[in-house]
Order: sequence, then structure tokens, then C-alpha cells
Amino acid sequence: MANASILGVFKDVDSAVAGADNLNAAGFNDFEVLSGSPYPEGAFGEKPPRHKLYVFPLIGAMCGFTVGLLLTAGTQIAYPMVTGGKPILSLPPMAIISYEGTMLGAVLFTILGVIFESRLPRPRLGLYDTRITEGYIGLFVTAPEEQIARAEKALRDGRAVDVKSTLQRARARG
Amino acid sequence: MQERIPVTEKEVNEDLLKPVFTTPIWWWVAVAVMATGVAAAAGAAGFMFVNGTGVEGINRPVMWEFLIVNFVFWVGISHAGIMLSAILRLTQAEWRRPATRAAEVMTIFSLGTAALHPMMHVGRAWRIYFEFPYDFGRGIFPNIRSPFVWDPSAIFTYLTSTVLFVYVAMLPDLAIARDRSTGWRHTMYYVLAMNWRGTPRQWHLQTVAGILLSSIILPIFASVHSIVSWDFGMAIAVEGWHSTVFAPYFVIGAVWSGVAGVITLLALMRWLFSAQKYIRPEHFDGLGRLLSVVGIGWFYFTMMEICFSLYSLEPSEIAFRHLQLMEWPFNMLFVLFVTTGFFIPVALFMKKSVRRNVAAMFWISIFVNIGMWLERYMIIIPGLMRKTGLPFSWGSHSPSPIELIIVTGSFFAVALGLLVFSKFFPLIPLSDAKEGEVLRAEIQVGKVRVPAIVRE
Repeated sequence: MANASILGVFKDVDSAVAGADNLNAAGFNDFEVLSGSPYPEGAFGEKPPRHKLYVFPLIGAMCGFTVGLLLTAGTQIAYPMVTGGKPILSLPPMAIISYEGTMLGAVLFTILGVIFESRLPRPRLGLYDTRITEGYIGLFVTAPEEQIARAEKALRDGRAVDVKSTLQRARARG
Repeated sequence: MQERIPVTEKEVNEDLLKPVFTTPIWWWVAVAVMATGVAAAAGAAGFMFVNGTGVEGINRPVMWEFLIVNFVFWVGISHAGIMLSAILRLTQAEWRRPATRAAEVMTIFSLGTAALHPMMHVGRAWRIYFEFPYDFGRGIFPNIRSPFVWDPSAIFTYLTSTVLFVYVAMLPDLAIARDRSTGWRHTMYYVLAMNWRGTPRQWHLQTVAGILLSSIILPIFASVHSIVSWDFGMAIAVEGWHSTVFAPYFVIGAVWSGVAGVITLLALMRWLFSAQKYIRPEHFDGLGRLLSVVGIGWFYFTMMEICFSLYSLEPSEIAFRHLQLMEWPFNMLFVLFVTTGFFIPVALFMKKSVRRNVAAMFWISIFVNIGMWLERYMIIIPGLMRKTGLPFSWGSHSPSPIELIIVTGSFFAVALGLLVFSKFFPLIPLSDAKEGEVLRAEIQVGKVRVPAIVRE
């Protein structure tokens, strides 16, 4: 049996929490909360997200430092210019440009990390309701088709103002 | 105390997206005026490219003129923009909410404008690729020992970081705009929002990203204006610039002028976009308190620089300071610089009633930046006029109309950039305003109910 998705739209936090509790009681533990503003973590009983974002800037910084070092050393060696009998590789400017490279690498990788860990870009928006960015809260469940009716009941019992599912869409398309 | 006016998420959307989706007549008029100013500056720059840099007021040994003064000024403005945003995010200052985006966007446009100045100054802007380690055919690479290679690398890093920071922080707002737009705007927001849905994971990563990026950008901020100061401090020829305090002096000066720039921008946004509910006197009060500390710190560095140079009694320093402090018109400009740049603003920032008066804060912030422009002028031009202690190497400078047009045009360019940005993207972050509403609370203290904020 194929999977289907269902979205319950709730007017406020309390009803969304009731909907989330109903879903948990009905055995749907893996659902997504969609909101238009950030709520304190765990407000809907969700588990704290696990991610590895902190690793990204470290990797980026190391890459940036390496590129900066190679660039500064490489350009000086490629066009050696002896000034006042000093060594070809001048460390203070190498440190400055490598520092900028380190920081740039850290920023670039952090941005990539945020996008990657946020699971963006999504190929499709999927089941969604524009009222979510107006203060409503969505509870989104993906489950086998035969369980969707049970999920719908849990959402409606939690005072969802609207419930949409991919099954309804498929039926409407005929 | 919080002075928040309760608003619903729907109201936040309507209020803050109104300037994006509606275009009043004043916007067109302002854009036309700004675009004319930018076109005039571009024409002046074009005239200079055709006829050579001699059309500027350069006069040996004063080979750095208003374009370099203006470059340092705009880099300074840009620096405090993102610094302010980063510090307020890291400290979770509640009054950061309306100020962060404006500060970050001001950084983008002022830094972009600043970067154009050295390109114009060298007179052959099309040779900008000389700065990049690219021209293998030529076989000559940039000399990385020169501060003029450090500058572009620092500015590139800072500009790239700021643009990406603004974009990532704007993802939730792009999703809101996507849900309320039609036609080409909807397509644009749809693509830019990357199908953001607002899951707890996405919100959590937004918070972590704000902290991480702020922590990374703050050291970049400190490095960039330090490097700009080294353009001067490490120039062998000009003896008056060999000051060890230059890097921190420039950095704190950048904070002073940049935060003042943010106040100017916030006041304009409050008036032009009718954002009284979101940009409130408490925000100006907070910025005024911050600035009074920064201003005193900056003045300390100004005085230290002068004290050390006079104490050394070196002929070049004495010649430079004599010109700067005693000779007309620089003595008059010096008095104007310390009066507008320090005494008037800091004295007025001490009064709470002034800090909470938006119009007063607007004009004081303009005063600060008049003073800070003059500060850069007083370092660069008299420094070059008395390049060494030997009188045969002294010179004079008077700005040409070309310089004046380009300098004026730069102000129009930054304003034009901000105006155009405000037509496509909200200048006050909607999701931040909404988070403030979610966390808003009231607590009973004795017989009064006090507005408060819930913090995780």
C-alpha cells in the first residue's frame, strides 16, 4: 500500500497541541509541525532536532585556510621577488589573507550546512496551507493510505479547522 | 521595559509587507531623485576615466583625495551595520528585532558603494582584475605584501558573508511573501524560499545559524576595518600615519558612525513605512545608550592618537598636527569635527528624553556622521599635505567638482539601493517580530502589570 499525506490546520497553539497529543495517542509519532513563527522548543511535544551544523564551519574554515595558504604561498613562489634580502614567503600577509580565507570558508560552509540540515531546497512544497504563515499551525502526517482516516479523526478531534490530504486531492482530480 | 503593542501574525504580515507590495508616489519620486544623483556620479566617473585622474583635485603629494576619504567613511558605515546585528543576536537583546535586517542591508549597500571608490580612484577600473590571482598569461601575480591586496580580500569576504547571512535569515520572510503574492513576484519568492515550510527543525536551525554566523562575522568585522586602517598605518611614505592605535581606532570609529547610520535608517523607516508599532522609542533609547559608550571610547582613541604624536616631537608629526590643529581651514574643521562628532551627540545621548525622541535621534545621528566624515578627511588630507617633515615635500589640496559629484552620488547610491531593496524584501524581519509576539507575556509586580518577555 502506498503512503499518503494529511495536513491538519489549527487556529492556535492549544488546539495544535491537542491535535499533536491525539496523533501520538493514535500511534502517529512521526509528524511535522508547520508554523509561521518560531515557538519554544518542545511546545508541541516534538523531540529536539538532531543535526551536525556545528561541523560545517569547522570543515569550511579548514578548507578556507588551506586555500588561503596555498594562494599566498603559490603566488609568491610563482613570481619570486626578493625585498631587502628577506625570505620570499612573507608570513604576516600570508596570515592576513589566510585568516580571511578561513572566515570565508567557515561562512560558506555554514550557509551550505543550514540549507542542507534544514532539508532545503525541497523539490515540492507538498501539502501546505498559506494560513500557516498567518498564525495558524499545521500538523503534517505521512502514513500508509489505510491509516489516513485514523489520522484525520485524530486531527479533527483536536479541533483542526481544516484537514487536507493527498487522497482528497487525488479523488478531486478523478 | 517592553513597550510592545500587541499585534497578531496577520497584522504583522499586513504591516510589514505593505511597503513591499504597495508603491506610494513618494517612492517613485525618491527613486527618480536618487537615480539622477547616481547617474550624475556615474557621468563624473566616466569623465574621469576618459580624461584621466588629473580632473580630480589631486596635487602631489596629495594623491589620495575625497574618493579615499569617502571609501573609508562607507566602509565604516557598513561595518557597524552587521556588527550591531551580530552583537544584538548573540546577546539576545530583545530590542534587536526591528534593527537587524536594516543594519545588515545597510552593510551590503554601503560596502558595495565603498568598494567602487578605490576602483574609480585608480582611474582604470577595468584593470580591477589585477587584484585577483588570475592573470597567468601575464605571469605577474598580485603582491600579497601590499595592504591593497588585503583590502579586496577582506571586503570580498565581508560582503559575501553579509549577503549570505541576510539571505539565510530572510528565508522565513520569503515564505511569508510567497504565500501572499501572485504573478512574477510569487515565482521569485517561491524560488528564493526554496519551499520553506516552517518545521521546528528549520526554526531551530535558523536560531543556531544566527548565533554561528554572528560569531564568525564579528571577527571578520574587526579584521576588515583594521585592514583598512593598515592602508594608512603601513604606508611607508606618510609619517603621520604611523600610529599603533590605528586599527582599534578605526574599528571603534566604524562602530560609532555605523550605529549612527542605523539610527538614521530606523528613523526614516519609522516615518516612511509607518512602522511606529515595530520601531519604537525604546529601540532608539537602547541604541543611544550603546552609542554613548562607543562615542566616549572613540574619543579616547582620538585623543590618544594626538597625544602620542605630539609627545614624540618628531618633525613630521609636529608639521602634520600644526596643520591639522592650528592652520586655517583645518583648525575650523577640527573644531567642527569634534563638536559634531563627539560633544553634541554624547552630551545629548545622556538625556533619556533625547534618546526617546525619534526626530532628535535622527538629527544627532546625522551630526555624528558629519563628524565622522570629517574625521577621515582630517586624517587623510592633512596627513598627505605634510607627508614628511621636510617643507619642500609639502603640498595642498582643493576638491574638484568631479570629486564632489562622486561623493554626493555615493550617498544617493546607498539610498537608492535601500529603496529598491525595500520594494522586493521587507526591511523589518517578520519572523523576528512574530517571535517577539509569541514570547510576549505580562507579569504582575505589586499593583501593576508589566510587559515582559519569555526567554528560553
